[in-house]
Amino acid sequence: MRPEAAPGATFNKGHLLLHAALILGSVGMLLPFGWMLATSLKSPPQIFTYPPSLVPNPVVWRNYLDTVQAMPFGRFYLNSLFVAVSVTTLQILTSSLAAFAFARLRFRGREALFLVYLATLMIPFHVTMIPNFILVRYLRWFDTFYALIVPTAFSVFAVFLLRQYFRGIPVEMDEAARMDGASSFRIWAQVIMPLSGPVLAALTIFVFLGSWNDFLWPLVVSNSNATRTIPVGLATFRGQYNTDWHLLMAGSVIALLPVLLVYVFAQKRFVEGITLSGMGGR
Amino acid sequence: MTASASSQTSVSRWRRYRPDQQWEAYLFLLPSFAGFLIFVAIPVVASLALSFYNWNLLSPPEFAGLENYSQLLTNDRVFRKVLFNTFYFIVTIVPLQLAFGLLLAVALNQGMRGLEIYRLIYFMPVVTTIVAAALVFQWFFNRDFGILAAAIWELAAETGLPIRPPDWLNDPDWAKPAVVILTLWKNTGFTMVIYLAALQGVPTELYDAAKVDGASPWQRFRFVTFPMVSPTTFFLMVIQMIGAFQLFSEAFVMTQGGPAQATLTIVYYIYQMAFEFQRMGRGAAVAWVLFIFIFIFTLVQTRLQRRWVHYEAGGES
Repeated sequence: MRPEAAPGATFNKGHLLLHAALILGSVGMLLPFGWMLATSLKSPPQIFTYPPSLVPNPVVWRNYLDTVQAMPFGRFYLNSLFVAVSVTTLQILTSSLAAFAFARLRFRGREALFLVYLATLMIPFHVTMIPNFILVRYLRWFDTFYALIVPTAFSVFAVFLLRQYFRGIPVEMDEAARMDGASSFRIWAQVIMPLSGPVLAALTIFVFLGSWNDFLWPLVVSNSNATRTIPVGLATFRGQYNTDWHLLMAGSVIALLPVLLVYVFAQKRFVEGITLSGMGGR
Repeated sequence: MTASASSQTSVSRWRRYRPDQQWEAYLFLLPSFAGFLIFVAIPVVASLALSFYNWNLLSPPEFAGLENYSQLLTNDRVFRKVLFNTFYFIVTIVPLQLAFGLLLAVALNQGMRGLEIYRLIYFMPVVTTIVAAALVFQWFFNRDFGILAAAIWELAAETGLPIRPPDWLNDPDWAKPAVVILTLWKNTGFTMVIYLAALQGVPTELYDAAKVDGASPWQRFRFVTFPMVSPTTFFLMVIQMIGAFQLFSEAFVMTQGGPAQATLTIVYYIYQMAFEFQRMGRGAAVAWVLFIFIFIFTLVQTRLQRRWVHYEAGGES
């Protein structure tokens, strides 16, 4: 990435115009967040007055209390956190083991099997969604964490991404370890994985965020507040408080806050994680 | 490296597999492969089989042959609407998103101060939960108390122009643009960041050479920047198109597919068929139609790319 413009960088008229345009665009991007926050702090009469204002007066903090009393957002947080951490851990574990085999071990059928993996990369999740739903019901996993976690604990894409990266690590590294009598498992754990920090970090952010924000699958398999994640909980909340915009916006703020906070403080990692994984590791 | 270097074939055979690594490799693959088989490979086949049956999960499945597909293609008015809507979203969202993303990236690539802060802001919606974003936009587009409508009323009052805010979410003609705006707000930051990375890989010498030749800023964009980032444009086009084919949450939360099915999409229709009407077979058939569309469109784009995508000699293709 090109470094920031050095202090004292040229500051010309063109740049000034560009800044004006970019600031205008930024206001547009931030407006929905501001509108959400403002509404979440208004009383219902303030909400339904014209013209609308971006500054709540008086500020009604109570909305947040009412929101968490109306819907167990704390529970949704825990559910989301549990699901996202489990899915991320399992996906990276299963995928890195498989990617190691594809990248480093020599076995019969390696290329053919990898092709089978790749072939399914293009199939949208929606094709497998209905059979997975039927399977989940058959296993009596409906509305349990198993249904939320297990089917998403495997990823062809992650295998592909990690295999590409592992292949870039010099073979001499593991051959040296093998000379010293290290088993394949030790090479995976103590040579390959430690050398894959950047791609693992990127993948972790990508998978975690994807799981945290996932909507369709959790919507289909959870049916009670005990298993609802943040997005599904928020959608359920909307179903029950259809026009209570002060509460709905407070709920949205609650839903967004943790991710946005982490994002603001770890912007670079987020952008890297999403772009690297989004680009398929190119 | 090895003693058998004299014989090329024996080396390559040795390289292909090693008996002592055989079982070990299968052990490494087992967790991933078991999951792959149970939750991906078998469901793909099952979903195809299911699409030839009628099944409501209560009574036993009934074989229906191609009926689910033929009904969709000949008899289903809603499905025609669904296809139209989905294509509407593709032809609006994909080009607009690429254009805005490239425009922003070029703007941010001018070596100005504040790149990080702009990137922070423009990328913020990408990490946002779509359900919350769709809720805010539903309120944002509200005709009576939404801030967008108020701005338009104010503008009309100030200028005396006969403009009125549309009833975005209750008017079939305006609900689609509302979904498009939400999607652009949500995803443009992603396109921008990918383009930014591509722009930073364009050698500065090319611009210097173009300047020496007296190329205008537009010409430099048209004949240097655009061809140099065309592989990125191609990549983004394909993944954004696939994304637009799969549009669901935006419409589900903000417009519930309405008004008058104006924002019902293919994935929404799968959801309705399977989980609202309990018609598993029909839902699976719609999912396969989606897959076939994605497959064909990706194939066509890959074929067409030769005409306009510029790869550096020796670069990856």
